[in-house]
Amino acid sequence: MSDVTTPQLQENGVAAASAVDTTVWRVGTVVAAEPESTSGRSLIIDVPGWGGNLAGQHTDLRLTAPDGYQAVRSYSIASAGPGERIELAIDEVPNGEVSPYLVEDVMVGDQLELRGPLGGWFVWRPEDTGPVQLIGGGSGIVPLISMIRSRAAANSTAPFRLLYSVRAPEDAFYRAELERPAPGLDVTWLYTRRTPDDWARPAGRITPADLAAATLPPSENPMVFVCGPTGFVEAVADALVGLGHPAARVKTERFGGA
Amino acid sequence: MAVISRGFGGHRRESDPSLPPGQYLTTDFPVLSAGPTPRITTDEWEFSIATESGAVHKWNWEQLHALPVVDVDTDIHCVTRWSKLGTHWRGVSLDTLFEGVDTSYQYVMEHSYGGYTTNVPLADLMGNKAWIVTEFDGAPLDPEHGGPARLLVPHLYFWKSAKWIHGLVMQKTDQPGFWEQNGYNLYGDPWLEQRYS
Repeated sequence: MSDVTTPQLQENGVAAASAVDTTVWRVGTVVAAEPESTSGRSLIIDVPGWGGNLAGQHTDLRLTAPDGYQAVRSYSIASAGPGERIELAIDEVPNGEVSPYLVEDVMVGDQLELRGPLGGWFVWRPEDTGPVQLIGGGSGIVPLISMIRSRAAANSTAPFRLLYSVRAPEDAFYRAELERPAPGLDVTWLYTRRTPDDWARPAGRITPADLAAATLPPSENPMVFVCGPTGFVEAVADALVGLGHPAARVKTERFGGA
Repeated sequence: MAVISRGFGGHRRESDPSLPPGQYLTTDFPVLSAGPTPRITTDEWEFSIATESGAVHKWNWEQLHALPVVDVDTDIHCVTRWSKLGTHWRGVSLDTLFEGVDTSYQYVMEHSYGGYTTNVPLADLMGNKAWIVTEFDGAPLDPEHGGPARLLVPHLYFWKSAKWIHGLVMQKTDQPGFWEQNGYNLYGDPWLEQRYS
């Protein structure tokens, strides 16, 4: 957007200082794999030469079959900061080509290739001190958890709120971590199909009333990050503008396809 | 030599010569955008081409539709790796819109409602290669896909086909637009896999 200045990634300390080439493929080795929901899994991957990443960035991931066939997909990174170890969290797309392999098949010790980090728009930097509203749907939590972790690692006191919408309790990614939020992080859960027992709000899709009740108001001028499936992001972004948030303060990222 | 990912390859997609390298086929129409979807009515919609002389050529919705409207069947390729083959659009060729435009500049900045920008060489908009489209698959273009009108430059990655198109500004030099300032390639040829800067 012409009225938004976006510093180049290279100006930030993470990738720039070391002048790491973000365009080359690096070999990563899976060092841990944990289920994150009924359909998702997080992978921790050691990537020698990785130059660190900002919260919210993504990476290209390349798989090569024994006969040379390759497939590449982009995934948001759940971790942030310097270092050569990154975390991804993948939700299995039914009949997908890559996600079922990453969720069901890949094992500790397996190798794959990564290139990045990528993207300079849907990012949060620790030097940003203003209030932040995060709104995630399903596995759209991944770049948002990266921002939450980046805030904690930097001992940032920027006010953070998260509204996290999932179908049912067992569909949440990073539940344990989000149930013990750092000071200054406020987490609200929303269930679209089935709630926990004794839950006040009936199951249902997110509404403008939910956003008015459980997110930072426009008067606090938060930067709002919205990530999830397209329908979720469209509905939330429209409602935020309707509540009075300037469009330029609402950053969106969507996922779809396989 | 790429490393082999043990056990990968069992669920591969069929390859298709219509797919540029690194793309996969989708039958959905995924959405990629950076912020809320602008809601622009056809009454308020306006499109302009501004040149170095200060001339601004303007069209409103009726004036656009008074021009020859053509059918466009084409494949589209998003930098996020999906491709969609055989999409059907209707709109007005940029050749038609540039007929009365006098410029010596060789580059264009596309401007959208909502503030999005993307850069493209003028040569890539000429020669029956680019259109202002207002229909997709026989229906008015949805706002989330860029309606009421978007640019269609299908031989480049799809972010060059600016949604909610509002105007073109001639540029003396090839300046980066929004995504180009955020890590994406200045030109974006999918067949050369020019994804990133």
